[in-house]
Amino acid sequence: MGLLDPLLHRARRGCETMAYPAGPAPALPDRHGGGLRLDPGACREGCTECLPVCPTEAIVRSSPGAPVSLDLGRCLFCSACVTACPTGAITQTGDHRLAVRRREDLVLGDAQGKELRLARQLDERLRKLFGRSLRLRQVSAGGCNACESDLNVLNTIGWDLGRFGIQFVASPRHADGLLITGPVTRGMDLALRKTWDAVPAPKLVIAVGACAIAGGPFVGHPEVKGGADAVVPVDLYLPGCPPHPLTILDGLLRLLGRLGAGEAARRSDGSDRSV
Amino acid sequence: MSSTTTPFALLPNGSALPWSEVPAWSPEDLVTATARELSEGGRLCAWFGQSSKAGVVLVSVIAFDADASLAVARSTPVHRSYPALTLLHPQAHLFEREVWEQHQVTPEGHPWLKPVRAVAGSHPLQGEYFRVNGAQVHEVAVGPVHAGIIEPGHFRFQCEGEEVLHLEIALGYQHRGIERALRGGPHRATLAQMETIAGDSTVAHATAHTVLRAALAGVEAPLRAQWIRAIGLELERLANHTGDLGALANDVAFLPTASACGKIRGDFLNLTALICGNRFGRGLVRAGGCGYDLDAARLSTLANRLATAVRDADQAATWLWESPSVQSRFEGIGTVSSRQATEIGLVGPAARACGLVRDARFDHPTGWYRFAQAPVAVWPTGDVLARARVRALEIQRSGEFLRTQLAAGVEGPIEEPLPPPAPDALAIALVEGWRGEVCHVALTDHAGRFAGYKIVDPSFHNWMGLALALRGQAISDFPVNNKSFNLSYCGFDL
Repeated sequence: MGLLDPLLHRARRGCETMAYPAGPAPALPDRHGGGLRLDPGACREGCTECLPVCPTEAIVRSSPGAPVSLDLGRCLFCSACVTACPTGAITQTGDHRLAVRRREDLVLGDAQGKELRLARQLDERLRKLFGRSLRLRQVSAGGCNACESDLNVLNTIGWDLGRFGIQFVASPRHADGLLITGPVTRGMDLALRKTWDAVPAPKLVIAVGACAIAGGPFVGHPEVKGGADAVVPVDLYLPGCPPHPLTILDGLLRLLGRLGAGEAARRSDGSDRSV
Repeated sequence: MSSTTTPFALLPNGSALPWSEVPAWSPEDLVTATARELSEGGRLCAWFGQSSKAGVVLVSVIAFDADASLAVARSTPVHRSYPALTLLHPQAHLFEREVWEQHQVTPEGHPWLKPVRAVAGSHPLQGEYFRVNGAQVHEVAVGPVHAGIIEPGHFRFQCEGEEVLHLEIALGYQHRGIERALRGGPHRATLAQMETIAGDSTVAHATAHTVLRAALAGVEAPLRAQWIRAIGLELERLANHTGDLGALANDVAFLPTASACGKIRGDFLNLTALICGNRFGRGLVRAGGCGYDLDAARLSTLANRLATAVRDADQAATWLWESPSVQSRFEGIGTVSSRQATEIGLVGPAARACGLVRDARFDHPTGWYRFAQAPVAVWPTGDVLARARVRALEIQRSGEFLRTQLAAGVEGPIEEPLPPPAPDALAIALVEGWRGEVCHVALTDHAGRFAGYKIVDPSFHNWMGLALALRGQAISDFPVNNKSFNLSYCGFDL
């Protein structure tokens, strides 16, 4: 009845914002699988089972004898390769942490190693500027509305992104950087460049999702540029299709140096997961 | 309409027939025949061009909702132009612009022939905008980059003071070349692309595509897979409808429902993730069935969490109806008449909010919906309130549907390999996604590969509805009107 009902409801429910990052991270769905780990040493000689099942050709073998490499930037995390692999060389880590600062850090199994190298925080000058207040202008450039939806989720009461001083703003003039989704369609090329130009320096660019990193399911299409860094310099890559909201939040906090020392330093071997 | 007099081949939803059995008429006769069927209660599902060695042929796909059948016919090759269907039936207007853009075939007499989604260089090629002239008239341009986390599109308002005289919506920014890439397919990335035609309608588009693939192969997916697909489709509806009610509440500054629905929407997404690991249902639907099964324990968890989420959503919706301040912001805003809705071919909740009983689950049931159906939820007033009410009713209906159907599953395999697709055939699949009718039409070549593939997202029908809703409204009411339709940009741009 009237306004009393929702007020009582709210009082009964109490605070619904998660404890993370001060408390444990919420659990990923058990079938999510988290990140991937590649152990090229476990590949059987001459085996190519995983190559044809990957929808985005994220797994490549540079020459017949060479070990395979897996590009988590292209990866849709469909786990077809995990199922196809006869020797368990590709496995799911269950870890939500996937953010990296450099594109090449997303390629597993080559010079990089078995696991990805998680993002370092901003240098001291930028961290001082943005660490407690980061305003982002989101630009969807061919995004399918899944990444966009899970960014919006971060603004709901459960996640409450505002408590970290991170806010999505309407004008690039009010922004400290761009958060880009989608494979950057040619139709959005000009609009994206204009938006980037309108953000005052120093500015950050964050690419969210397989599309914004490498073109996603549309990799190789002439209608798309194949990712944000074809148009603007990128400071943070967040893989997934779409990345789980927890992956996005971890990436943002990692970049800003807002995770506790323990959370930031942990290796992504899954052994110390708190979920 | 009767099957003996129609110049169309009839087929049920989710089936295929040889291309040679699709009747061919001169372009003029195809337009006349299509117009006649549309005048007698038919509805245009798709109208597209198909290139062949002999030239471009037109394909007309009509739904007869009352007798659960689809009708298809084609033209002989068109030489440069044909008389526009749009002049007789406005619901063809975008389809004919698309044919003109893709095949350089002119629908003679089309009143507003301009690009749909073609890109020139680094931006869409949008042509001239409609302009209203007058001393007091001013123009407002919004987008492509909007003030929120939302896809890009351009809105051009012609206003007199606060009042919107005309709104033109220009899209194309999101074009990713999906239909072009399907030719010669299916390819290894095809299913992932179907899942991202409109990422919030992953299950709907993936289901339409795979139903069509099965029809071409002359089989259907295992029954248990059809059951799981229906569960995924209804969870998709629940999540998006709940999110929309929250967004509508937010746009009239009614925060209790806005904040509650934001949370509950996530609860529904997490139920989809409970089944397949992904909150948007990626990987759930596969060509030959489903990628994930539901064991008894998972099913029981799903049923329990679903009951709570549906109850919470219902309660948050009730606050809207009990708040006079919300009612006064919803009632009589953005009204589309049922006649307009019929003429422009609205689908989904936007059509049902104009009182039209139009729901592919009910009118053209396939898959699990042959055995169980949710009642079609309608509301008569055609305004923002009606579009909100229909969503709330559908949350109740889908919740109840799932409650009964979760307990009614069948045993069996969830996936079986598909036999090779039929060569030189045409297949059609309609699926009622949360936004409305998703239509996929495929043509195969002599080897069974896709020779052509037409995707019609419900947004393709409905963007014109938003433009009409805005006529005579205050421009400040655009956001709440826009949310009440919540259409897809990428689903339109493809």
